[in-house]
Amino acid sequence: MNRLEHPIQTKDSAPLRSGTFTSNRGLQMEEGLIFEIGRPEVTGVDLDEPAPFESRLGGLEREAPIGLPGLSEPETVRHYVRLSQKNYSIDAGLFPLGSCTMKHNPRLNEAMARLPGFADIHPLQPQSTVQGALELIDELARWLMEMTGTVAVALSPKAGAHGEACGMMAIKAAIEAKGEGATRRVVLVPESAHGTNPASASLIGFEVRAIPAQADGAVDLEELKGRLGPEVAAIMLTNPNTCGLFETQVIEIAEAMHAAGAYFYCDGANFNAIVGKARPGDLGVDAMHINLHKTFSTPHGGGGPGAGPVVLSARLAPFAPVPFLRANEAGLRLVEHGSEEPQSFGRIAAFHGQMGMFVRALTYMASHGADGLRQASEDAVLSANYIRASLSDLMSQPFGDQPCMHEVLFDDSWLKPTGLTTLDFAKAMIDEGYHPMTIYFPHVAHGAMLIEPTESESKATLDLFIATMRDLAAAALGGDTERFIGAPFYAPRRRLDETRAARNPILKWTQPTPQ
Amino acid sequence: MRYLPLTQDDRIDMLARIGAPDIDALFASIPESKRLRQNLDLPQRKTEIEVQRLLSNMAAKNVVAGSAPFFIGAGAYRHHIPASVDHLIQRSEFMTSYTPYQPEIAQGTLQAIFEFQTQVAALTAMDVANASMYDGSTATIEAVLMAHRITKRRKAVLSGGLHPHYAEVVRTISRMTGDDVASLPPDVLAQENLAGQIDSDVSCVVVQTPDVFGNLRDVSALSAMCKAKGALLIVVFTEAVSLGLIKAPGEMGADIAVGEGQSIGNSLNFGGPYVGLFAARSKYLRQMPGRLCGETIDADGRRGFVLTLSTREQHIKREKATSNICTNSGLCCLAFSIHLTLLGEAGLKRLARINHANAVDLAGRLARVGGVEVLNKSFFNEFTIRIHGDAAEVIERLAEKGVLGGVPASRLSPGQGLDDLIIVASSELNTDEDRAALAATLQGVF
Repeated sequence: MNRLEHPIQTKDSAPLRSGTFTSNRGLQMEEGLIFEIGRPEVTGVDLDEPAPFESRLGGLEREAPIGLPGLSEPETVRHYVRLSQKNYSIDAGLFPLGSCTMKHNPRLNEAMARLPGFADIHPLQPQSTVQGALELIDELARWLMEMTGTVAVALSPKAGAHGEACGMMAIKAAIEAKGEGATRRVVLVPESAHGTNPASASLIGFEVRAIPAQADGAVDLEELKGRLGPEVAAIMLTNPNTCGLFETQVIEIAEAMHAAGAYFYCDGANFNAIVGKARPGDLGVDAMHINLHKTFSTPHGGGGPGAGPVVLSARLAPFAPVPFLRANEAGLRLVEHGSEEPQSFGRIAAFHGQMGMFVRALTYMASHGADGLRQASEDAVLSANYIRASLSDLMSQPFGDQPCMHEVLFDDSWLKPTGLTTLDFAKAMIDEGYHPMTIYFPHVAHGAMLIEPTESESKATLDLFIATMRDLAAAALGGDTERFIGAPFYAPRRRLDETRAARNPILKWTQPTPQ
Repeated sequence: MRYLPLTQDDRIDMLARIGAPDIDALFASIPESKRLRQNLDLPQRKTEIEVQRLLSNMAAKNVVAGSAPFFIGAGAYRHHIPASVDHLIQRSEFMTSYTPYQPEIAQGTLQAIFEFQTQVAALTAMDVANASMYDGSTATIEAVLMAHRITKRRKAVLSGGLHPHYAEVVRTISRMTGDDVASLPPDVLAQENLAGQIDSDVSCVVVQTPDVFGNLRDVSALSAMCKAKGALLIVVFTEAVSLGLIKAPGEMGADIAVGEGQSIGNSLNFGGPYVGLFAARSKYLRQMPGRLCGETIDADGRRGFVLTLSTREQHIKREKATSNICTNSGLCCLAFSIHLTLLGEAGLKRLARINHANAVDLAGRLARVGGVEVLNKSFFNEFTIRIHGDAAEVIERLAEKGVLGGVPASRLSPGQGLDDLIIVASSELNTDEDRAALAATLQGVF
């Protein structure tokens, strides 16, 4: 194939700056779309045409061309390998994306998830043929309940946001069971919360009210108490919160909610900071989702799949969605229908949850053990504080210099005199070989920079990162704005025009019209 | 601990830099009365060898689908997956990357999503597709909610051929949102009158083809009826391979097409992770849920890709977002896309023909078993049989004889008078011997 037939430049764009004939730069290969390099008659899968037979399609044959190109296996492998080389990954370097927990993904997890006994079993096989799978789910549930100090777990949520919706549905069902469904309709959400929290509450019909943070980044207990009343259903609180701080008044918050007849939903996105150090159930939490892809290191996979089991307090356990496990003399049994458990609020996904992720998470847990899990939390918190202590003289923190949990939050006030933005700073980090930290979140910090190193980094890696950040900060403050404004210079692409993408959305490839 | 690089000396040095006397000083913000003083009541760390043994022992207690004549479908399908698919999705740069929020260093993921969106749009014959959803069932409820937003009506009509778990998901969420659902009774023979259900409150009609009993449905007339009454037609599929052979949702007038993509590129995995496909007419683009990847250029004018139209999404819109979802099914959608790239149009069509041929052969064999009746007039690779006896018991007896023979309809819809029905699926992985074994074993258990 001659790739020059498929110029990657758009018609109205400036000439390429790259000096090579191919536009490649060493190991950085330009790569066309499968629609540009493939052909509909090519296939990379050898299959034998079936013997003639009488079709039973009832006249519904598809006749028009579908429009799917094919590639041979070598071409397919090369295409995706070339694409992969344009991605940053935790395997390649420090990925300090705050709130996302980019820790190492042990390969044993992958190997275990691919055992045929887990990967090649069907969710609707007779339950007598999948007792090992049910045992694994039961064991995972045991670990999650012990770590969180709760009594039940709903395993079917497929990601964190799905878990939030699940937990809030359990709360709604509990409220309705008490006959308060018509009146308790308000959910309180701190301004610092992930956007998924208000979106999840709103999805299932709650009215969302924001509560402001106080000067130290925590929820204002008195402000909260002032907003409680018979219309309040729950609070959705992230703890440790998105500023990387533990809500010190969490017990008082829980007591206030319960005294007002409301529930405490905890966003467990940051549970990785406190595993083995404190249990959310002991703090008064009624429901909390756990991002298995964060705390328990099932890989992020470029955006999924995740898994978001929800642990539940005794007050909410009866309302858990199907399916769930029951033990009897014949072994473990999946309860798949609400008719067996009338208080169950229903079903939120077709099957039993993200089994592939359960295997990975349990593998991770069993590898660490109770001692290793606690050590992981301690190392994560230690590493974040090490970065904080090493950068706090140069970069500003919105809530003052105080110990953080697993992530440290800076704002952009220290950058003000330079005229540079958080985005500029982040893009310059790319040139230095780092994935930027989380930027512009949480919204309570102006130009937020949220750094989460995780427990997976060696001290040498942390020291080089700190030295790089200090060099960048010194350059910014010293007026070397060139290094930032045009960045990144060395990535597979320079800064991309997001406004253009949104103004005239091109969401799929279309055959170019002949000139 | 093999996953933790810090040494004890490192920890001491780091605490010194921080100015903390010990590690617990960093946890001082946790109320003292609630701080754990001892380890959790769980086992201690294990070596890789020990963990391997533990997990392998659990896996060994399951009957592996590939070890038996296997005919289970009903929403998840066992197909051949080329070896290169799993190899490629395990590339570090795909597997251990995050959502592509920094597009300059995530072009691999973004271009793959752009290709995926184009493939899904083509496969469903729709204008535009998103970057995927959790699974087919969650894509279905998202489609219903989207139809409510577009039509400003709040009632969904669900076909009796819709997978009962999907219907249950729609009913559960709708109960929470206070929306109406008219759920038709199980429609084994595809004879229901959906058009008659459309009144001025109905925002959408949800119909599956091939339906859960395997029937193929021509929804063209229903589409016209929906249009006339101001409702949207949502077409659901659970077997994506079928689209290589049968009319696509877009060719029959669907406004939104959603489905399960597991059967291309993804293992059974006991129910997840899977990949939800979501496609729609372009006029509804701004009401779509989920992530979208779009084409743009970089500062040097080179083509590149970014996540776009994020003003629909929760991290911008919070409680006013089109959906609470902030993830796609990343690696599963990549596996789908790689497998479909390997197949290409020619390969997909042939794969679909093989599936159909095998199912036709199986239906013929089963119809010749005394006491078995094949109910479908039309089907792709799955159909429903009526037997004399209790289907759940028969399936258990077949399993005892080493045959995984299908899904009792009563497992999906208990208490609906479907106790004598089995839903049977066949794919390219079934051999002549497998099909003969099912027919013979079924004969034997009566």
